[in-house]
Parts: sequence; structure tokens; C-alpha cells
Amino acid sequence: MQSSFSLSCSQATTVPRSNYTFDSLPFAPSKPINLRFCGLRREALGFSSLSRSHFRRGLQLHTPTRSKRISASLVDNGSPPKSFDYDLIIIGAGVGGHGAALHAVEKGLKTAIIEGDVVGGTCVNRGCVPSKALLAVSGRMRELQSEHHMKALGLQVSAAGYDRQGVADHANNLASKIRNNLTNSLKALGVDILTGVGTILGPQKVKYGKAGFPDNIVTAKDIIIATGSVPFVPKGVEVDGKTVITSDHALKLEFVPDWIVIVGSGYIGLEFSDVYTALGSEVTFVEALDQLMPGFDPEIGKLAQRVLINPRKIDYHTGVFASKITPAKDGKPVTIELIDAKTKEQKDTLEVDAALIATGRAPFTNGLGLENINVVTQRGFVPVDERMRVIDADGNLVPHLYCIGDANGKMMLAHAASAQGISVVEQITGRDHVLNHLSIPAACFTHPEISMVGLTEPQAREKGETEAFEVSVAKTSFKANTKALAENEGEGLAKLIYRPDTGEILGVHIFGLHAADLIHEASNAIALGTRIQDIKFAVHAHPTLSEVLDELFKSAKVEAHVSSQVSEPVAV
Amino acid sequence: MASSSPFLSKIPISNRTICFASSLSPIPSKFPSKSLRHHRRNALKVQSKIREIFMPALSSTMTEGKIVSWIKSEGDVLSKGESVVVVESDKADMDVETFYDGILAAIVVPEGETAPVGAPIGLLAETEEEIAEAKAKAASQTGSTASPAIAPTPPRATSTPAPAISQPTPAPAAPAAEGPRKIVATPYAKKLAKQHKVDINKVVGTGPFGRITPADVEAAVVITPSKPVAPKPAPAAAASPSPAKAAATSSASPLPGSTVISFTTMQAAVSKNMVDSLSVPTFRVGYPVTTNALDALYEKVKPKGVTMTALLAKAAAMALVQHPVVNASCKDGKSFTYNSNINIAVAVAINGGLITPVLQDADKLDLYLLSQKWKELVEKARAKQLQPHEYNSGTFTLSNLGMFGVDRFDAILPPGQGAIMAVGASKPTVVADADGFFSVKSKMLVNVTADHRIVYGADLAAFLQTFAKIVENPESLTL
Repeated sequence: MQSSFSLSCSQATTVPRSNYTFDSLPFAPSKPINLRFCGLRREALGFSSLSRSHFRRGLQLHTPTRSKRISASLVDNGSPPKSFDYDLIIIGAGVGGHGAALHAVEKGLKTAIIEGDVVGGTCVNRGCVPSKALLAVSGRMRELQSEHHMKALGLQVSAAGYDRQGVADHANNLASKIRNNLTNSLKALGVDILTGVGTILGPQKVKYGKAGFPDNIVTAKDIIIATGSVPFVPKGVEVDGKTVITSDHALKLEFVPDWIVIVGSGYIGLEFSDVYTALGSEVTFVEALDQLMPGFDPEIGKLAQRVLINPRKIDYHTGVFASKITPAKDGKPVTIELIDAKTKEQKDTLEVDAALIATGRAPFTNGLGLENINVVTQRGFVPVDERMRVIDADGNLVPHLYCIGDANGKMMLAHAASAQGISVVEQITGRDHVLNHLSIPAACFTHPEISMVGLTEPQAREKGETEAFEVSVAKTSFKANTKALAENEGEGLAKLIYRPDTGEILGVHIFGLHAADLIHEASNAIALGTRIQDIKFAVHAHPTLSEVLDELFKSAKVEAHVSSQVSEPVAV
Repeated sequence: MASSSPFLSKIPISNRTICFASSLSPIPSKFPSKSLRHHRRNALKVQSKIREIFMPALSSTMTEGKIVSWIKSEGDVLSKGESVVVVESDKADMDVETFYDGILAAIVVPEGETAPVGAPIGLLAETEEEIAEAKAKAASQTGSTASPAIAPTPPRATSTPAPAISQPTPAPAAPAAEGPRKIVATPYAKKLAKQHKVDINKVVGTGPFGRITPADVEAAVVITPSKPVAPKPAPAAAASPSPAKAAATSSASPLPGSTVISFTTMQAAVSKNMVDSLSVPTFRVGYPVTTNALDALYEKVKPKGVTMTALLAKAAAMALVQHPVVNASCKDGKSFTYNSNINIAVAVAINGGLITPVLQDADKLDLYLLSQKWKELVEKARAKQLQPHEYNSGTFTLSNLGMFGVDRFDAILPPGQGAIMAVGASKPTVVADADGFFSVKSKMLVNVTADHRIVYGADLAAFLQTFAKIVENPESLTL
């Protein structure tokens, strides 16, 4: 698997690390003294930076002739650079690239990150982060507006109001704060931030540069593509950034329309519906599928609809496409033409104040230079195997090239990108690692929140059928949880899908107060392979929301017995 | 979650002769006469037991339910207690189980459709022979009875092949096709219209581009907008109360030349308290009290600075000691709160307002201290320097209009207290004693208003009796 070989030399010199850049000596051959897997080398020598200096120094000193060494990568790639500016170059400084960079530094790799825009990517600048700021506001607004809720707590609040600019500033300030944190952490760790748009020129070689400046070419032993995604805008939709907007614009909260259509009822659409309704807008969902909230466990989706949609100022059209959306102009409202998703028949025309396109995200892979290495994208996504290794047009793996995050489309979540990045760094530093995507939690930060990990009930049942195992479901309600009731937020459900024969957790879905924070007990259990019969003995502080999961695990009926002895008692 | 409960109708009517009706309650009036007639025709020849499965009421607020899925299909044999159908209410999905053994003969309301509570959704036959008959019945029901009940949404203009899923889509799509003018209503406007059963097509839209807004629907049903109005940045609306709007909302425009003066804070508080008091069920008990002895005592102690208010407060406090329930209050409608102190609030008119300074621990302080305290309170009240605990800690209120010659009146119970005493003027009255001798005695009428959730008639009567005894033998007041 590890196709790259590296050399090391025994000669001890004290050349400083600044000797790294060897542009003048791109083919620096060497008399190999020994060949090792890089991972092993690190372990063997301990101080990686020092050993690398030796190595470079050695090359410079005694290498007049081409090396006789053989390595798989050389054979595959023709003529890649023999020594590299970096061990790892990451294209894209989003959450995925950042996570990979941090782990790479921890593993002792000399790392650079190329970013053409701002550090932080979509998540920090135009996604998860600013939207959480808006949702924090909407959650409080919702609470303060709920007379019933406040009364039940004995609170009296006179009419709650908000200042749009203040809310928008909060979101913007949060984004810049997180962006600075990210940038500083990269700088502090010694990751080089190379500014410009990265393009792959060939194997292990990347060009970057800003428009109007000469390009720079850098080489690296391994390259990770982490260019992320942009909002997907279906054809027929004219985005003007004012009345027809994507999440990029909506997060700036430049205006709060009286009535907004949200096209798409996934995470993004749902979260924005929470924000807009709390700020006083009315919302109409347009969903192409037959049901709102596709992708959620059906039972959770149904409950969520009962709580998040039906009682709010929201209506919806399902099974329809927005075939044409025209922004408001010349005194006319935004018009949205709906056609039946199946028959394509014209169904209705909506006239509203604004439309938010939340139909998902499209990979941002244009201009990456993938053609230079014979890689063809699929609907824009970079094809990868389960180890995030890029697959070329002929179905072969491209050595030293990986793609993580939204750009590969496996699981379009910030933390999934980061996990994939860490997995890749593990691999290139000699430890095989395959990320279990079923252990990656996801959350939707509505009020209350929705979170999930693993399979939905229908998926689990299908899998159970094909693999011939039984599937059971356990459920607990937030209504029985002391902390939830103390907060007067008893609405909610936690659902566990599991194998009664082995106690394996197949999926957990939570809808309720702080569901997004609660899911990790389940996702960690899945990641670590913890069985229900074991985790049910873990103790939870009382009274906390985590007891919802405690109760959930305890209510599961597992045939298998405790797999491992509970650790030895410790006297206290 | 899905606790199942026996919601199956026990009423085996639908297609049976009237003779059965004696033993069974008749079918709800939901049945139009047309179908009943039809039933009768059939029923005479069939002596069968076909029972209806009704849409159950799964919650107190449920008016209609949606059939999520039929667990059983037509022809399935059911035994008592088995789940038959899953119904979605406004709160949850519930399994509905059968009360009877039998065969599910016909499904009247298919999956995905909605039926009002109490409407038949399926038929249960007892034997196989009855299935055909039940099916006929079902057919007739879907033809006549059921159709108006099911799916309140009007049929869509376009015929789409997936009605079950798009069912809850709000109605306006259909009328759009009919009328020349497209009706545009916002989501909340549609919800409101449905809630208040307003035909959205008849509402005049005044919103942008002529759309129907929630306010338009509210105007159509003549309801005042819900208090927490659109949580939009409010200042603009608040700052400029447009006269046109104000006139439209108030029931009658003021007479020309009238002056409108806003409430002062104190007046606003009084207003709020009075409106709040409407939520408390009160009753009143009056009692005549002879005051000759009290008057005599008053003359004696007056030079020492004792006021009639202090005397009455002291008397009331002493009576309350013996009747703690009258000094209690009901805060949540579920419990008694027995107050640890007897704090007599006394209503006084000051500077055009009304305030109730409180004589705290009126039962424990002696008459002179009480009088002194009262003087201080009144002075503070005039200077508007009363501390909150000096006017809102009362547990019982005393209101005296006797000095104006009022002989009796009725006081409104302030929220948070159990009772208020309205004291009228003491007047010479001819009374006949037990021996039939007439005499003239001073009598005053006291009228107590109390919260009947906690204070019952007998409690109040006993309290008044004690009060009267204390007033008629007032020596104890000076102790």
C-alpha cells in the first residue's frame, strides 16, 4: 500500500532545517544507504526533522549519478520529483484540510496548505459556523416569543425584538474569530499557508498563484485535494444574491423577507427555516421528493415535521421541482414555477419576497488540473476508493494523491472531511486506516436539534434482510428525562437500531434538546465497536440529558452477555 | 410511545335495523340521511353483526386523524386486542386495536387519507358471509357518507397520481385554476384560515402584490391579532400608531372633542389587575354587624390616634386568625397557599389613584402600633414612596366606603388573595330582638368577596360570624 520509499543516510551532520528547498536540485539522486518505509523510518529515528535534514544533506553531498534505486512510484509515474519541497501539500484550507494539516504536523510531516480564498473554507466562512450564530439567535428568539413556554417557567418577558444588523454582525464576527483561530493554529504549528489557487501539474507537483502574479510550483511527496464545495444551483434558477439567494448570501442576513421560499428541505433548508421563522418570516418549502426531510430516519422526520414545520408559519409543496426562479425586479415579486417532479407538468407559480436555494452542494473541483493526471470527475466529484485514494479514468489508483471532504462527495460534512484527512495522514505515515463512515455523526441544529449516526431504520432492516440478521429498535422519550423537563423541553425522541443477537449498534437517531451534543456517545460506541451490553453499564451523571441515551441503551434487549469483564473495581 | 388503546367503536350499527338500536346507542349524526335510508333497506333482510371502526379521538385537541397505515388488510381475521390501523393525530402516531373478534371486511378510509373523529374508517364483519354485505356498505359509504368527511382539501385541479403524499398541501392550488385571479396567501394566513374555518377565497388580500396576509385573515374572522405580533423589528409600528388603524380596530370611534389620556402606571396596574381578576371564580357573602360597641370604643380610643381603619383591620385580622382559609390564596388553581402572616391591605384612594397599603402582621400588632403604622403608610402613599412590599404583600383586603354613606357595595377580589371585605356605613337601624322588643342599633353591612376555589360559602359565613362577634364585643381589640 505504501508506495513511496524514502532514503536515509547515516552520516551525522548538523545542517539546519532551512536546507529544505531544493528547487535547484530536482532530481537529486542518492546513493541509498538504506530503504525504509517512511513510517518505519520515523519510528526508528525518533526525531524526524533531524533525520530528514541528514537525508537532504546527504543527497547534496554525494550524488553525482542517478540512483539505482527502484520504487513502485517511480515506475508508475514516469518522472516525478525525487526530492520534495514538502512531505504533504493540502489544496484547500477548509475544515478538512485543517484537520489533515494538524494531524500531519503531529506525525512529523512538513506540511503546506494552499488556499485561494480565506482559511476556513465553507464551514467557517459560509456554512456551519455563521449559521450556528444565526441559530443561536433564532433559538433564543423562539424561546422569548413563546409566551406559553416562558409562563411555564415563571418568566415574564415583554415583547422580544431583534436588530437585524446586530444579528448579522454576530454571525460575521463569529466566522472571523473562528477563521483567525484556524489560521493561527496552522501558523503556530509551522504549516506553510500558500496563498493562491492550487492546480495539479503532474504527479506530486502543484502550481499555485494569485491572478496577476507569477505562479509558484511546489512539490510534495503526497497531495491531498480538499477543495470542498459550493452551493448547487439548479438550472432555471437565476441567483441575484438579493431576492434569490444561496446559503452564502443568506448567512449575511442582509434582509429578512416577509415570505421566503426555501427550495430543498434537507439540513440547510431546515436550519434556515428555523432562523427565518424565528425572525418573523413565513416560509414555504419546495421539495422535489415526496416527503419533507428526506434522508432522515422516517420516524424522526415525521416527529420533526410535527414539531419544526406544522406548528410554525411554514407550508410546503412536495414532489415538485422549482423549474424557473426569477428574482424580484421592476416591482414584481420573486416568481417560482413549480413542475411535478414525475410528470414534469406545470403545477403552480409562487409569488414571494425571496427564495433561498438549498438544494445541496456541488463539488468545487474546476481548475484543479485533474486532466493533467488523467482523472475524470463524476458530476464534479473526484472519484476515490475507501482510503480516499484518487482513482483515474482507467480505474487505477493515482499514487500519492488523495481527495477528502465535499470534493469526493462521500459524506458532505465538515467533520467527515477532517476525519478523512486524518485517515489519509495515518496512511501516508505508515499506518493503514480505513474510516468507518457509519460512525460519523451528523446533526441539524434546529430547535430542538436532530442528530444521527449510522443507519436509518429502513436501511438497517434492508441490511438485516440481505445479511440475515435480526434488527431491533428501542426508543426513549425526552418526556421522561428530568433535565429536559426542567428546561421545559420534553419534546423529543431517541431511537436505537441494533442487532439483538450481538448487541451491535447499527444506528442512533435523536430529536430533542441538545441532540447534536448527545449523539457522540453513540457515535463513539460505533467507532470503537462497543456493544450495548457493555455500554449500558456506563454511568451517567444525574440529572443530565445524557440519561436519555443511558435509558436507551438499557431498554435494548440484547441476547449476548457482557463481552468483557467490567474493569477491576477501584477502591475509593 | 405508541400505547395502544381500545378505540374501536362499540357501536355495531351502520347497516342494521332500528330494532337493534334499543340496545345500542345510535350512530352519531354524522350519517347523512341518505345513507341511513340505504342501510335500512338492506338491513331488514340481514341479521348480521357488522361493526364500524371509528376514527378515535387520540387526544383532547384532535379533530381529525390521518390513516398512516392499515396493519391489517381486507379479509384478515382479527382477534380482540390486535392492532388494526395506525392513526396519526396532531400529537403522535397511535396503533388502534380492535375490541372484537371478527374479519376486517372493508376499509372505508384508505391509507394517507384523513377522517374526522368519530367517522367510520373501516368495517368489521363477524362471519365470512357478511363480508360481501359489509363491502357493499363500505361502497355506499364511500359514495355518500365518507366523501365529505375525508380530506378537507378540495380536489386538485391537476390530476396527480400521488395524492396520498401530497395530501396535506394547502388548498389554494385548486381555486387558482378556477378563478381568473390567482389567490396568493402566505403560509400562516392559510393556517389561520383553516384554523378559524375561513374560506381563504373570500378573504381580501391587502399584502404586497395583493396577497392575503395573516392580518387579512384575522380581520376576516374579527379577531385581534395575537399579542406577540410579528416579531419583526417593532419600533416602526410602535412609534407611529396610525390613526386610521386605531379607528378600525376600536369598536366605536370616540365622540368628537373627546380627550384620550393614557393610563398612568398606577392606573395601568389597576387595569391589569382588574382584568386578571376575571379569571378567578368569586362569590359574595354579606353580613350585618352591630357597631354600637365598636362606635363606643372608637370614641374612647380616637384621642389616642386610633382610626376606624385600624379598628376594622384589627378586627378582621383577629377573625382571620381563627379562619386561616380566608387568609389563604390560590395561586395555580391546584392548591391552597396558607399564608404565614396576616397582612391586611387597605384600599385607599390617593391622588386619583387606588393603592392598597398593607398592615403587616395586623393580628400581632396592637391597636396603637397598628394605627401609627397606618398613618405612616398613608403618608408614604401620598408621597409615592411606598416600597413594593408595603403595597403588594397583602393577604386580605379591606375596602371601606362607609364614610361616603354607602350602605353596601361589592368589591373585586384582587388576584393573589383569597378574600376582600367591603365595609359599608354604619347606620341606625330598627332591630327586633329575640323577645320581640324593638330597638335602634347601629348596623353596618359587610360584604366579602372570596375565591370559591378555596373559600367555600360556609367558610366565609363562619368567618363573618366571628368577625361580627369581635366587632360586637370589641374589648379584645384593645388587648
